[in-house]
Amino acid sequence: MAKQDKDATFVGDSRISAKRIPNIAPSYSDFPGKSEPFWPNFLLKEWMVAAVCLVGFLVLTVSHPSPLTDLANPNDTSFIPLPDWYFLFLYQLLKYPWAAGDWVVLGTVVIPGIAFGALMLAPWLDTGKDRRPSRRPVATGLMLTALVGIFYLTWAADHEHSLNHASSKGGSGGHGGGSGAAAPAAPADPSFKPDPLWTAQTGCMGCHGKNMEGALGPNLQKIGSQLDAAQIAEVIKNGKGQMPGGLIQDEAEIQKLAEYLASLK
Amino acid sequence: MLQKMYDWVDERLNITPMWRDLADHEVPEHVNPAHHFSAFVYCFGGLTFFITVIQILSGMFLTMYYVPDIINAYESVKYLQNEVAFGVIVRGMHHWGASLVIVMMFLHTLRVFFTGSYKRPRELNWVVGVLIFFVMLGLGFTGYLLPWDNTAYFATKVGLEIANSVPLIGPYLKTLLTGGDIVGATTLSRFFAIHVFFLPGALLGLLGAHFVMIRVQGISGPL
Repeated sequence: MAKQDKDATFVGDSRISAKRIPNIAPSYSDFPGKSEPFWPNFLLKEWMVAAVCLVGFLVLTVSHPSPLTDLANPNDTSFIPLPDWYFLFLYQLLKYPWAAGDWVVLGTVVIPGIAFGALMLAPWLDTGKDRRPSRRPVATGLMLTALVGIFYLTWAADHEHSLNHASSKGGSGGHGGGSGAAAPAAPADPSFKPDPLWTAQTGCMGCHGKNMEGALGPNLQKIGSQLDAAQIAEVIKNGKGQMPGGLIQDEAEIQKLAEYLASLK
Repeated sequence: MLQKMYDWVDERLNITPMWRDLADHEVPEHVNPAHHFSAFVYCFGGLTFFITVIQILSGMFLTMYYVPDIINAYESVKYLQNEVAFGVIVRGMHHWGASLVIVMMFLHTLRVFFTGSYKRPRELNWVVGVLIFFVMLGLGFTGYLLPWDNTAYFATKVGLEIANSVPLIGPYLKTLLTGGDIVGATTLSRFFAIHVFFLPGALLGLLGAHFVMIRVQGISGPL
């Protein structure tokens, strides 16, 4: 207040100066290079970029409806948990033996702590004046290494998940570390003789094998010990995991096959 | 007419200087893709903000149908997805936008890192940016549980077990987030509150600081 001009006048009893500044944009020709005003010239260009992105975004949204699995069921032990993709690299880290079990602190606190701590403190770790990436090889090298690590871990997590998913029927949840956590499929019985009810279903044999020994799909030779007829019929109708539903249309046929499979123990 | 309305407000609130600070500033040549196409890397910050705005708007519309309790959450999302007009679009934008915002923010971070823009005098803005990154990851983690389907439930369970394994503070952190011994009704309420009130509040504050600093300091010069 002390520096106010003595004969400054205000609007009413407010502190707003009565002297108006006209709202005319300054000329940017005084600025170096080909500067231009943000409003409205540059904002228009920015909006055009945004509009192109928005179109891509909407195409993605319309072509890929967001996923929704079944209602959360804490008793479902066969569900393999998977975080959103941008957490996969942190999740994958915990699956390696040197960052799990006794060493889990390494995977949960130490490595991410150092990485994100260094990211946050980058201005004080890299204090040189030079800004070009080629002139600060340590910072650039560390960041590139971190990027390769993140991409590799994300890929590894996704790859492992798709392998687990293919062989997970009756398997355990696979969380809590240990890359081989999914239970192995039941060993196939070579002397097993399926009923003609089964050999009539070429659609099933493709994945579960001629003698139900399992191939792409799980072994079904003792499926009756895990599921009852109603549950099996449900799977045949609606599919499960990678298995498509609706391969058999005839309701009575589904019922017969489900009862037969449920009797295998 | 518009000019008169502007003058009327300006006389009382002196908005011209504010308007100047907010909107009318120069954009230097080296960040303008119209002059150098490679300057498109400078767009990612703006695009992050653009998608954040979409997230806020679509999230506001989602809460018109979403019910944060374990009996109705799943049903309300299913109803929104399958019955409500354009529900599938609004939920889709929020779902895919969550991924896109991470991608854009990641690219923005890399641009700032590789152009060395975090160096003096912009250290504080970098720190605020990293905090925004953490808040966004927190929003992703808490939002993932809300549909209350199997994917959500088991991913959150694993996430909380990981939190639990952190020495000293881990168990407290887990209790704070779950609100009990198991992932259940209180967990969903807490994640909803964190996702819709706590983190967006923090995010808006940090974004405000981020933008004020960039306005005060101006964008970093050419390499």
